[in-house]
Amino acid sequence: MKKLTEIAKNGLIYENPTFVQLVGMCPTLATTTSIINALGMGVAVTFVLIGSNVVISLLRKFISPKVRIASYIVVIAAFVTIIEMLLKAYLPAISNSLGMFIPLIVVNCIILARAESFASKNGVVESALDGLFMGLGFTMALAILGGIREIIGNGTIFNLPLFGKSFKPAIMFILPPGAFITLGVILAVKNAISLKKEGNSK
Amino acid sequence: MIGKFVSIAIIAILSENFVLAKFLGICPFLGVSKKTDTAIGMGLAVTFVMTFASILTYLTYYYVLVPFNIEYLQTLAFILVIAFLVQFVEMFVAKMVPSLYAALGIYLPLITTNCAVLGAAIINIEKMYSLPETIWFSFCSAIGFTVAIVLFAGVRERLENSDIPKALQGFPIALITAGLISMAFLGFSGLSF
Repeated sequence: MKKLTEIAKNGLIYENPTFVQLVGMCPTLATTTSIINALGMGVAVTFVLIGSNVVISLLRKFISPKVRIASYIVVIAAFVTIIEMLLKAYLPAISNSLGMFIPLIVVNCIILARAESFASKNGVVESALDGLFMGLGFTMALAILGGIREIIGNGTIFNLPLFGKSFKPAIMFILPPGAFITLGVILAVKNAISLKKEGNSK
Repeated sequence: MIGKFVSIAIIAILSENFVLAKFLGICPFLGVSKKTDTAIGMGLAVTFVMTFASILTYLTYYYVLVPFNIEYLQTLAFILVIAFLVQFVEMFVAKMVPSLYAALGIYLPLITTNCAVLGAAIINIEKMYSLPETIWFSFCSAIGFTVAIVLFAGVRERLENSDIPKALQGFPIALITAGLISMAFLGFSGLSF
């Protein structure tokens, strides 16, 4: 039980893939034009993370260390292909708006990093939980970024208008520059909070 | 014919720059852009690998996947081809051109997980480019990547010596800078032929 809360806290907060480890930046920036896209991407990555973590953890005694990276990539690519086909079949709208960033999950460093640093050393259950919470941490970060960008850049959240008709959204925020700037500001706020905490504890 | 090539070049380098408009290759863009020299090294390595990778993935797609009707294995096949190519290029360059290896060596392994390379391969298939167009598009996209990363490294060198509020130091200011560069590149978006 203690281990469960530890894994959960690591994935969601202390080792949050996006805000702390700063990995997997391409989909983070590219797919957060709206909260729905952000959640779609987050769920796809979570699925691949859980799947690849479980399989790699099961195979960890059979994979020779020399070919481990190549083997991990094959496992990850298999799961990416599965989610790609599932999304195309059941959620074509999300599949269209995420476009090539679904196949690009293969090269998302967060998945390879978890395989290498966690799944290859831990049991199946722990690895599955690690995949789940790392994925949730990633999804949460994407949802925050997507939410902010959608509210400021489009004046909506989940496609529901938030402000009156006279509101003119700052379209810049759903264009590429908005992604860089929003993430930069979020990281700055996070730093400011942790600096303040450090200052208080001294 | 020439018109099409010019328009591909302008789209790939300026108006749809891989890094600043399409968000491909952000990891090396943020990771190896602290000095202009290393940025140029990374840019050259990416240009080299991306051009060759696009040729190989093109051949894989049209001469292996399509005849056997297994296009759905595209992702798996492409990543393996790219990983193999990077490994091969590394060994080949180390043996044949040691001076180039000394300059590019440390960047080569990083390129396997650079989404720009796989991204270019996927775009080439999506847009149904012919082989010459594929080569030209990948080469120009890589040049666009190099332009962006070198520009960004130049700005970051200046940032090192400026007085930045503590909370903004490091990644936050780098991301905001990238946002401003990207905004400048947005100005090219009206450009088309």
